[in-house]
Amino acid sequence: MSITPELGAVGFLRWIWRQLTSMRIALILLLLLGVAAIPGSIFPQRSQNPMKVQEFFTNNPQLARWLDRVKIFDVYSSPWFSAIYLLLFISLVGCVLPRTLEHLKAIGAKPPLTPKFLDRMEFHNDLDQNPSSLDVAEKWLKKNHFRVRREANSISAEKGYLRETGNLLFHLSLLLILVAVGVGSLYGSKGEAILNVGERFINTPTSYDNITFGKFQREGSLIPFSLNITNFVATYDPATNAPTDYKLTVQSANPIGSKPITRIIKVNSPLTFASTKIYLQANGYSPVVTVKDKSGKVVFSGPVAFLPQDGNLTSVGAIKVPDMKPQIGFVATFLPTADRSAASGAFSSYPEVLDPRLLLSVWAGNLGLDSGVPQSVYRINTSKMTRIGLKALTLNQSYDFGEGSITFDGWKSWVNLQIVDDPGKMYALAGGLLAVLGLLISLFTRQRRIWVKISDRVEVAGLAKNGVPGLKEEVEALVKVLKG
Amino acid sequence: MAVYTIAFFAHAIEVAFSVRNNADNDQTKFDFSRTERSGRIGSAMMTLAFTLLFAGVIFRGLSAHRVPWGNMYEFSITGALAFSGAYLFALKKYKLRWLGLPVSIAVLLTLGTAVTLLYRPSAPLVPALKSTWLAIHVSAAIVSGGVFLLANAVAATYLILDRIEEKGPRPAWALRLPSLEVLDQLSYRLVAFVFPLWTFAVIAGAIWAESAWGRYWGWDPKETWAFITWVAYAAYLHARVTIGWRGRRAAWLCLFAGSTFLFNYVYVNIWGTGRHTYSGL
Repeated sequence: MSITPELGAVGFLRWIWRQLTSMRIALILLLLLGVAAIPGSIFPQRSQNPMKVQEFFTNNPQLARWLDRVKIFDVYSSPWFSAIYLLLFISLVGCVLPRTLEHLKAIGAKPPLTPKFLDRMEFHNDLDQNPSSLDVAEKWLKKNHFRVRREANSISAEKGYLRETGNLLFHLSLLLILVAVGVGSLYGSKGEAILNVGERFINTPTSYDNITFGKFQREGSLIPFSLNITNFVATYDPATNAPTDYKLTVQSANPIGSKPITRIIKVNSPLTFASTKIYLQANGYSPVVTVKDKSGKVVFSGPVAFLPQDGNLTSVGAIKVPDMKPQIGFVATFLPTADRSAASGAFSSYPEVLDPRLLLSVWAGNLGLDSGVPQSVYRINTSKMTRIGLKALTLNQSYDFGEGSITFDGWKSWVNLQIVDDPGKMYALAGGLLAVLGLLISLFTRQRRIWVKISDRVEVAGLAKNGVPGLKEEVEALVKVLKG
Repeated sequence: MAVYTIAFFAHAIEVAFSVRNNADNDQTKFDFSRTERSGRIGSAMMTLAFTLLFAGVIFRGLSAHRVPWGNMYEFSITGALAFSGAYLFALKKYKLRWLGLPVSIAVLLTLGTAVTLLYRPSAPLVPALKSTWLAIHVSAAIVSGGVFLLANAVAATYLILDRIEEKGPRPAWALRLPSLEVLDQLSYRLVAFVFPLWTFAVIAGAIWAESAWGRYWGWDPKETWAFITWVAYAAYLHARVTIGWRGRRAAWLCLFAGSTFLFNYVYVNIWGTGRHTYSGL
């Protein structure tokens, strides 16, 4: 009585396993994976563009909440997407591992026995009786790298074992890639830092503007290097204003305090320290300003990073001076090469600094920095402020806005460095290359068998897996040899 | 610029030749006495057009001092080149001349769109594209695309002929076309042949993305659709080899997989967001 349900459970599990490892289910999962990837390319994703997601929420709050519940904005880390690929990979393991064992056995084994009725096979040939046929056939087959099984009055030969080897290599490589992706996300880290030319970066978590660690990555495990941003040069095509080159020069020291080395970072050539790489991701301008209060005391001085808005680096930003009473904020636009048009007012007509202008609107009141709500460094919440001035400054010009004064001293370039540690990367690369190799081997190896049998006559026939071409010619060649 | 003008004339001549090629093949439909000759003229024209377009693409590259794969105009002319190249290659191996008409129409449409809507003067590359991987990644993707589309054309022909044969014997114009089995095999061969190349194109893209963007895979829309195409063709190959799908079902799956590629090319390039969108188109 008590055994039956247990058997049932085991039987059920076995049934599930058999279903999961069946080709039909694997195929469905494969197609499902493709379909499941689609929404991520249609809806904005948090992992790529959190601003766009925010925008979507503002425009369609009701819809967004529902979509968010089914993880439409995090498709590739959602439970349902993970479920599909994990099931698919379980199915793959269940399919590939037994086949690998079987194949390993088959490598040492002889080809299967000659079938009884050769006339049912492809390219069947009847030849006249000749006692030396088997010897001749064996010699020819061996010369053509067939694996030969000689029986008393028949030969079974097979060629193209590499096909299965390649096939298995391909699928095992896919597993390796999945493992590599997992290692990368569990043990890696990824962060960004905006730095002005002249500043120094020390690789500790607090130096980053934002950084995320893998689940098993400890914060202290960052490589101890430091960078001095010594120079940044952007070159542009004068005809199209499009950038042609970005070149960042740094003095790097690894570990901190060792003798610095001058290194160049470009868009396609990051700086590498072991599995950590430093990428040049973005750049822009930081206007340098000095703000003084009524008494002439300097309350703020230095570069402030502005966010580029277009190809000509019209940049917007915010200069916040919380130490004045009332608090002062400047909503500002930086134009590297100032120009005017009736339609759009002031704009920048070239991305290099040729005729810089700093457009300011001055706000007084409460900046809201103590409210605990995180604020954008490029924007000011002016809801509790009033505008007290408006001005366009040229280089070295000052503006007295009543509560104090601001001077446009110059500008610096800033660069956005992305610093990524991905220890799984090399495994993923190896997996990818092995996968291609496996595919090539399996798709271009032709697996086929040839049999020769003597009785009162000599029979020759063959069989090609998946009907691959070329066997006919081979059988014909063998027949020709046998005929002498 | 002057060099580019020559390239443009090459295109113009190429287009003109393709039009003649069309006319020739149209005649093969109705006038069987002239079939052989006009068909051969068509093939010769196609080869000539291919050579001229090839020269055109080369000149474009020379005029821009880089590989000519920086925007959609250049992708399109190179894609048309790869597509007709795949056709000519297949023509040599198999008897494929019946495909000349649809292939030349498709190439004409692509080139027409490229020259009228997508044309941009040749310009230097933005920094992100300055990499050896541009040549490797893009050429692999374009060649794969050309062959995928050819496989699609074959699968579509299969489906149309299948529908016709269901109703009765083939009409006169279809008599010269190969049997359904041959078409079925051919579209499979093309896909199986080029699938490793597509895999390589995706991996090369990942390697490049790693050095340019700091991650090898980020589900950028282009990457996502490349993945979908890859998955769809993987499903197609499994369906054929392991489950043994043949004929109509396989042809539909092939068409579906091919359309994900086209969608990726058209939709993601023009309306999409993400990091694969560069200057202009």
